Amino acid sequence: MTGDREDPLPGPSIPVLDLGGLLFVSIQGELPDDAAVQLQEDVTAAITRTGSRGLIIDISSLDMVDSFLARVLAEVAASSRLLAARTVLVGMRPAVAITLVELGLTLPGMATARTVTDAAATFGVTISDTVREERNAT
Amino acid sequence: MTDGPSDPARAGTEAVAGLLRRRGEQVAQRWADLPLFQAVFTVTRDEAVEACHAVVDSLASVAESGRLEDLEAPGFQPIRQQLAAMTSSRARSGLSMSQVDREVGALRDAALDLLEAETDELGVEDTCEARIHLVTLFATLRVAVIETMLQENQEIILRQRQQLLEMATPVIKLWDRLVAVPLIGMLDSARSQIVMENLLEAIVEHKATIAILDITGVPTVDSLVAQHLMKTVASARLMGAECVISGIRPAIAQTIVQLGLDLSTVTTRATLADALQWALGRDDGRGQQAVRGQS
Repeated sequence: MTGDREDPLPGPSIPVLDLGGLLFVSIQGELPDDAAVQLQEDVTAAITRTGSRGLIIDISSLDMVDSFLARVLAEVAASSRLLAARTVLVGMRPAVAITLVELGLTLPGMATARTVTDAAATFGVTISDTVREERNAT
Repeated sequence: MTDGPSDPARAGTEAVAGLLRRRGEQVAQRWADLPLFQAVFTVTRDEAVEACHAVVDSLASVAESGRLEDLEAPGFQPIRQQLAAMTSSRARSGLSMSQVDREVGALRDAALDLLEAETDELGVEDTCEARIHLVTLFATLRVAVIETMLQENQEIILRQRQQLLEMATPVIKLWDRLVAVPLIGMLDSARSQIVMENLLEAIVEHKATIAILDITGVPTVDSLVAQHLMKTVASARLMGAECVISGIRPAIAQTIVQLGLDLSTVTTRATLADALQWALGRDDGRGQQAVRGQS
């Protein structure tokens, strides 16, 4: 969106959504090298463009995170920080967390939250929960 | 059979087999009055006699096969099943292994008495020979019984170990979005792995933002246990939940310091109550839980 690149994209690029002051990225499935580079470009461009102070990265649909993706996430967080935006990682699955810790990749500099609602709350943005009480029914 | 009765050992085992076949009824009647059978078959005596008969027949077939000292002899298979049920019921009523062994040993005397009574027909020499084989047969029977009991105990231990693994790691929801794991007993690698998995699953299920690891019931903390705890804390943090370790007794605090373990990145509290207070004070309303980054 932001780069107006001429070269054809080999895979679907990851959309960076602007939720009124917060940027939201959802990574689904495998992340090839060029998509990772594209993501970093898109995120930094979007932060510069919107002046956003927060970036939420949702990885709840990933059932595997390798060291490459972990590094990409750390780099995205680090470059966002340079642009004064804080990154919060959301929705990591148990198996992924265990694997990362076993690999020694504890992502020390990165903030985490359980749900997007929680992450938004850390930026002072309230997203109201809809199904909290009736959770058993779902 | 090919050796014929000329082989004395063969003749002896055949005499034993013959005796057990001929006198089976009498042996069974006597055994039925022994405490081993009497205590198990309490309903009717006929039942006991029938069970005794089965054992006598099986012993006779072992004797016929000539493999008196072979636990794998075909005749021992039904005996094992029969006796396993009986000895386990005896063991359950509080008898030690040696007491059960003595009861099984008592079976021998009934058979020896009957052999004694046949001395006139068999002749002194053959009786002696048969006696030796009979004693051997019952010695093997005792080994078979002990082996069966040991096997059964082993199975119980395995089953209980599995149960312990499953049951000793409950994750409790203490409050809205607050879960706790009371850890009891030594933490080894297998257990801490299960604790970690259960805790992380519970964090997902309850959307927990805070997890309390209570180690009040953990007797000692060494570097390995500490490492397991740190891993659990790190995994929970990656998933967006903060961990508190509570229940650190004074002795354990000293041990941790003396071992040079660095728990500075982990929030710790002395008691579960303190941890709960910390957690509730931290959570200033629903969904307003602050997520701490590097700050």
